[in-house]
Parts: sequence; C-alpha cells; structure tokens
Amino acid sequence: MRNRYPVWKNLLILTVLAFGMIYSLPNFYGEDPSVQLSPSRNAKIDENVVQQIEKLLTDNGVKTKASELNDKRILLRFNDTDTQIKAEELLKSNMGNNYSIALNLAPATPGWLRAIGAKPMYLGLDLRGGVHFMLQVDMEAAVTQAQDRYAEDIRTNLREAKIRYLSVERDKASIIVKFQDAQTLAQGREVIKKEIRGLLLNVLENDLTIIATISEQEIREVRKFAVAQNITILRNRVNELGVAEPVIQQQGEDRIVVQLPGVQDTARAKEILGATATLEFRLVDSEHVIGSDGKAPLGAKLYNDRAGRPILLQRKIIVTGDQVVDASSGLDQQSGSPAVFISLNGTGAKKMLDTTKESIGKAMAVVFIENKSETKDVGGQKLTTKKKVEEVINVATIRDRFSKRFQITGLDNTEEARNLALLLRAGALAAPMDIVEERTVGPSLGKENIAQGERSFIIGFALVAIVVLAYYKVFGIIANLTLVFNMALIMAILSSFQATLTLPGIAGFTLTVGMAVDANVLIYERIKEELRNGNSPQAAIYAGFDRAFATIFDSHITNLLAAIMLFGIGSGPVKGFAVTLTIGIITSLFTAVTCTRMMVNWMYGEKRGVKLWI
Amino acid sequence: MNANTRLNTQKNEAQPRLYKIDFLGKRHVAVWASIILSLASLVSLGVKGLNFAIDFTGGTVVEVKYKEPADVNQIRLNLEADGFNSPMVQQFGSTHDVLIRLAPQSGVSGSDLRNRVMGILNKDPSNTAELHRIEFVGPQVGDDLVTDSGLALLYASIGILIYVALRFEYRFALGAILATLHDVVMILGFFSVLQLEFDLSVLAAVLTIMGYSLNDTIVVFDRIRENFRKLRRGDVIEVMNISINETLSRTLMTSFLTLLSVIAMAFFGGQVIHNFALALIVGIVVGTYSSIYVASALALKLGVSRMDLMPPEKEGVVDNRP
Repeated sequence: MRNRYPVWKNLLILTVLAFGMIYSLPNFYGEDPSVQLSPSRNAKIDENVVQQIEKLLTDNGVKTKASELNDKRILLRFNDTDTQIKAEELLKSNMGNNYSIALNLAPATPGWLRAIGAKPMYLGLDLRGGVHFMLQVDMEAAVTQAQDRYAEDIRTNLREAKIRYLSVERDKASIIVKFQDAQTLAQGREVIKKEIRGLLLNVLENDLTIIATISEQEIREVRKFAVAQNITILRNRVNELGVAEPVIQQQGEDRIVVQLPGVQDTARAKEILGATATLEFRLVDSEHVIGSDGKAPLGAKLYNDRAGRPILLQRKIIVTGDQVVDASSGLDQQSGSPAVFISLNGTGAKKMLDTTKESIGKAMAVVFIENKSETKDVGGQKLTTKKKVEEVINVATIRDRFSKRFQITGLDNTEEARNLALLLRAGALAAPMDIVEERTVGPSLGKENIAQGERSFIIGFALVAIVVLAYYKVFGIIANLTLVFNMALIMAILSSFQATLTLPGIAGFTLTVGMAVDANVLIYERIKEELRNGNSPQAAIYAGFDRAFATIFDSHITNLLAAIMLFGIGSGPVKGFAVTLTIGIITSLFTAVTCTRMMVNWMYGEKRGVKLWI
Repeated sequence: MNANTRLNTQKNEAQPRLYKIDFLGKRHVAVWASIILSLASLVSLGVKGLNFAIDFTGGTVVEVKYKEPADVNQIRLNLEADGFNSPMVQQFGSTHDVLIRLAPQSGVSGSDLRNRVMGILNKDPSNTAELHRIEFVGPQVGDDLVTDSGLALLYASIGILIYVALRFEYRFALGAILATLHDVVMILGFFSVLQLEFDLSVLAAVLTIMGYSLNDTIVVFDRIRENFRKLRRGDVIEVMNISINETLSRTLMTSFLTLLSVIAMAFFGGQVIHNFALALIVGIVVGTYSSIYVASALALKLGVSRMDLMPPEKEGVVDNRP
C-alpha cells in the first residue's frame, strides 16, 4: 500500500501554509519611531503640506526616513526616537494650532506586504505602555434625568391643555401627579396618555392621583442611550488628545473602556476625558461682517463652525443646554429626510417662542461648549487653568415660530442627524461617568515585557523542539516543522484580524507549543504501537493517523470549551490569552493532522519496506 | 489482576499484550491521597483564603524602580504617615524594584492617588523612583469580576459535563468533571497555602488547566472505550489498566513537553506572568496524575461496565485498515 494525498489536498495545504508564512511576516520587521499629523479643524492635508513639513524639518537638520500621506493623516518616519522627539517639538511649535500631533510607532512593514494587506499584530498596552481607563456610566442618574424630563413634560402638557393640577413630583421610581377633583384627573389622564409615550399610568381615583412609571422598555432605551452618548463624547475628546490608535469600547452593560497607547500623563488625559459640556442656541448675526482685523464687531461674537469657518452670532443667548429636555434623531414625517427633534422645558419654550416669532427666515445656530481644565507644572507649582472650547455644531433657518418642540432638518444623512442629536444631548443631559479602573504601564516596562515574553517563548520552543527531535528522530523533525507552521499560522490569523497581542497572549503562544505538539505525540505514539503490534510501516502510518484523529478531535474540543469560557471574563490581557489559545487550538488541529501527514507521506508514503525513524 | 497478567486479545492482534503497571490495583492509595490533599486544600481555602490581587479586591498597585537600593521599611512608614492604612510594600526582582499595594479607598480618584503616592516615594531626592506601572481598580469592578469568574468556572464545568456525557457516558462525564474539579481545588489550595497572589491571569490558568486536564482524561477514556470494544476478555479493571498503560507514554510525553514550555515561562517570562506560569505547572502535574488515577478510579467506582460503552447496534471492531 501507499500513503499519499491527492494533488488538490497537497496544494490546499501548501496554500494555507504560504498564507501563514506571508501574513505573519510583518511582525518581524519591527517599528519605526514616527510622528503623525492629523488636521484638527479646517486644516487640509495634501502634498503641499507634506512638502512644507519636509522643508521645515530639513531646514532644522532633522532627517526623515519616509513620509506618507493618506486621506486622514500624514505619517513621518524617523530612524531613531531622538529625531522623532525633536521633530515632534518642531512640528508642535510650528503647526500645532491646526494639526494634532502625536508620537507613534508605525510598523515598518515593507511596501509589497502592505500592498497585499499584511499587517503586524496590534500590541496591547502592557507591551507598548500607555493608560487604560474604565469608566462607569451612572445609570441611576441617567434614569433620574429621564424621570425629570418626563415630569417636566407632564407639567408643560397639562399647562398647555389648561388642566389645573396640584403638583407633579418625582418619587424614587415614579412621577406622582396630584389633581384637585375627579374631572381634572380624568382630563389629565387623557392628555398624558395621548401626548407622552413610554409611561405606564396607574390612576388612583380615590386619592385623585396618577402615578406614572417609565416603562421597562423605555428605561432600557435610556440606559442604552446613556452609554452610546458617552462613547460619542469620549471619542470626540480623545481625538483632541491626538493619540495614535486609541481604543474606546463599551464593556458590559454600563462600562466604557478607553485605552490610550503611549500616553503617560494620566492627569492630562483625565482632564480632557472629564470635561463637561453645555449648549447655547443663538441667532446668527447677519447684519455685521467680520472686521478686517478678524475681530467681531460690537454686539456680535465670533465662532468657528465644525469645518473651521468663522461665523458671527448675536451676543444674546436664546436657550441654554439645561433647558433642553430631549434630543433625538429620526426622519421628518413630511419630507422623509433625516431630522433631529428637540424638546425644551417651560422656560426654554417661552424664550424660544419669543425669539422665533420675530425671526422667521433668520438663521439660528447651536453652539457646543466644552469646559476643560488644564494643569501645568510651572516651576514646581501646579497651575490649573480653565479653558472653554466653543464650536458651532449646526446652523438652521427658522421656518416658522415654535416653542417647546421643534426639529432641525436639512441634514445630509441619518449619520449626521444621529451625531447632532448625540452632541445636543451630550451638552444637555449626559449621564455622569466615574473612572472605576485605571492602569498605567510605563514604556520601559512595556519593552521589558516584550523582551521577557519573547525570551520565554524562544526558550520554551527550543526545549520542546530538542526533546521532540531526540525522542522521535525523523518524525521529530516533521513535528518541529509543523510547530513552526502552526506558530506562523496563529500569527498570520491574529495579524489579519488585527487582534491585540498582550503578554498573556505571548504566554498563550508558549502554551500552544506544548499543546500543539500533543497531537503529534498522540499520532506518533499510535504509530509506534502499531509497529510494535507487527504491522507494516505503511499500515502503521495509516492506522496511527486514522485512530489518533478521534482522540485529537475530542481533546481539542475540550480545550476549546475552556478557552472560550475565558472570553467571558476580564478584559485586555486575559482576553488576549484566550484569543491566542483558541486560535492555536484550531490551527494545531489542522497543522498536526494534515501538515504532518503530508510530510510523512512525502517522506515515507511511496516506499515499500522502509524503516521508520521514530 | 497482578502485574504480569497476560491477555489474549482479538485475533488480529499479532502479539499477546501485557501491561506493566497495575495502576488501578493501587487506586485506593491514590484515592486517599487525593481526598486528603483536597481536604487540606479546602481547609486552607476556608481558613487562610486566597491572597486576591486588586483585580478582585479593588485597590491600587504601584510598581517603581529606584535608582539606588530602596528602604522598604522607610517607604512603608512614609506611606502610613500620610494616612494609608497598612500598605503592603515589598521588593521584587532586585533591591531597586518596589511593589506597593494599597487597599481600596473611597472617594479618591486614581490620579490624585498617583500624585500622592509618587510624592511620598520620591521624598528622598537622592534616590528617586521611576514609575513602571500603576493600577487602580474600583471595588465594584472587583466584585463584578468575582461573579463573572465564578460563572465562567461553572459554565466551563457544565459545558465539559455535557460534552463528555454526549461523547461517552454520564459516569465517565462525572468522573472527568470530578477529576477536573480535583485539579482546580489543588491549584487553589497551592495558592492558598503559600499565599501567592491570585490575580486574573491565575484564574485564566485555572480555566486553561480545566481544558488541559480534561484533554488528558479524554485520551485515556477514548482508549478505554476502544479497548472495551476490541478486547473480548478481561474485566473492567483489566481493560482500564491496559488502556492507561497504553496511553502512558503519550500522557507523560505531552505533559513533559508542555511543562518544558511553561517552566520557560515561569523562569524567563517576568513578574507579570510568573504566578500564571506557576499555576500552570501545578495544574499540569496534578492534571496528569488525576487523569491517570482519579478519572478512571471514579468512573470505576460509579460502576461503569462493558455494556455501557458498546456501540448500539454493531458489535466488534470496525477495522478499515487497508
């Protein structure tokens, strides 16, 4: 008999191996110290800017290794960290106003690999240094805010319908509305039922009281929105920090993880993350023009819009953020175009009505204001300065007079409507967040961790390889080759998913070496046993693979079960371990069974009466 | 049943086989050893408990490197003078490296704490400290992690139970799961007796060992099932003994190889994964033993018989060898 695979099977295996080899390559090229520029406001990035930067750097004697331009940023590579830091300082002082400039470690993947989409693995915070925050959104506060909004809504609606009520008060979990007599109670009930959605009404006829509770579904919505909204706010702020490759993710029901690689100054990061925001509605000043000196004329105030264009607004504020009760995005019922729906409370509604009835046809702007504090170390003294960042997020023409509820249309798409609604809510009613976990890893520790991880992996691998070789001889060589292929495959898969490599992840690699070789051991021991039983070498090979397979499969499944459970707990590092282990278990099933078989076939499959070196 | 029993096996076996080591004959010794060690572990867990890391308890860990050898006692006194309750200050790696653990404090944010602690650590201007790592975990996060971890262990056990019960038989499943839990208790006991720090990565190691130890157990069970079907003669104990002997070289080889890579991790992987590697070492050693002894002995005790593992309709071996 002969042991051989059909040609297609060999080709398939070789293709997979080639994929593994090629796509794991980027991990071996290391990284270039680099500086990245991204435009912060109206600034453009194009070839001219690149040339300008290159001129600036060469004039100051800083040598760049390469510069790259893509639609979002300019990346400048340097030969060492000294020049990188020098370049960063130069760029910050010369171009820092319009660009956010961040230090980065850009993968030094050669062009031909990048062309086929091969990228290195992403390094976790424990390997590259940085800060990790976990923020908890205060859900109770979010729900209380919602209740306050509903209470306010009930008051306005009753007032508008001219129904007299004694009181509207918020209790722990419900809103209690009290009436004078049975008639107003009945009328009030009708109005609330008709006008306000998402409330469950419990009418106590005897006490002349309605107890309104927010429905479960609505509370779920409120909670979901509170997190989504805070993520949007955080994203905006992190972008300002100019961090290369930040991670902002929801974790669990009410937590948000923010990871800022390379950031060491946690105090500053926290100041930016912890900023508070508010809103102002103002009329656009169309009577004045911006002065030749770039300053605003009397009675007007100069702002920038999101694209960085200057815009003049009147000094008078119509409504502020604390008067906004709700903002949500949806579709305009008449035109079907994306719109943002805004509700104001009583005071806001009155002011809005007063303004709009005289201003039909004029433009109104929404200003988003962030209050930040910045701490600087001046001569050993800590100085905290408050900073206000104001930005016009929307300008719309007033089509009609309105008060409590109105909508903004003319938005480009639903995405824009959603973002505007989120920003409006962020300025008005963002649920508070607390930092519940904070981890900082110094850059030197990151480097140390990589070095130790690599060293332990190489030593572990070498030890295993030597023992396997000594014990299984020629088959040992095959097993070791298989191990190398397996490692390459794991690396390639992690790289293509852009998974994060952590120190426990490296430990996962090391452990996989031991576990992956198990499949080979199972097969080889079986072959040896078959040989001892007096079978011919070819029959022993066949039976060895055939019979070991069920066992290998079973044992891999159990390992996989445990590894998958690991996903459920913890974040970051341990997940990294779970990912590596899971992929390692799956790939080792492939490499140990099919690759080993292919090589054994090539080696021995065609020969009769050979002696197996096992 | 003695060590030299010869068995005449099926006709297609060219040679009669013998097993060298009478594992199950000595199972009583093993069972007692396991019971005593498990009880000792449980007692230690009950009395001393685990030395949970801040992942679980909340609190702050600061890791710094001093330029000159550091005076741990002085640092502790300085911290206490500033109002930190019983701070844990210890050296690790070298006399320059200091690790500080602080209990969770209410109403203090991470960065305030960081500034305060670094201020205290840098009191002596001639020997300043470089911050390597600072971790602050709120108590709520720790509580949630304890719950999540418990659930993960539970789900892993249930998943394993179901899988083994489907693939084999419920008595084997029970044997396997008890053997696995036996390993978990041993690792926890080891960490409790020595009061080693139990952090999230150690928990990861525990879950990994569950899979690993089960892997070993399944290889043995697989062979037991195969031999039940193949060998017409021999009672349950004989068949099990043969199976364990047949798989012994594989079990030892794999455990040895995995141990090699894990030992490399423990010695060269650095502080962060040291306890993780240690948990794996203990787990692999105990897991190897338990899959040889505990799992089979338990299945035997639960009354597994030949009939339980026979394929439903066909009898005998399906041999498709060429």
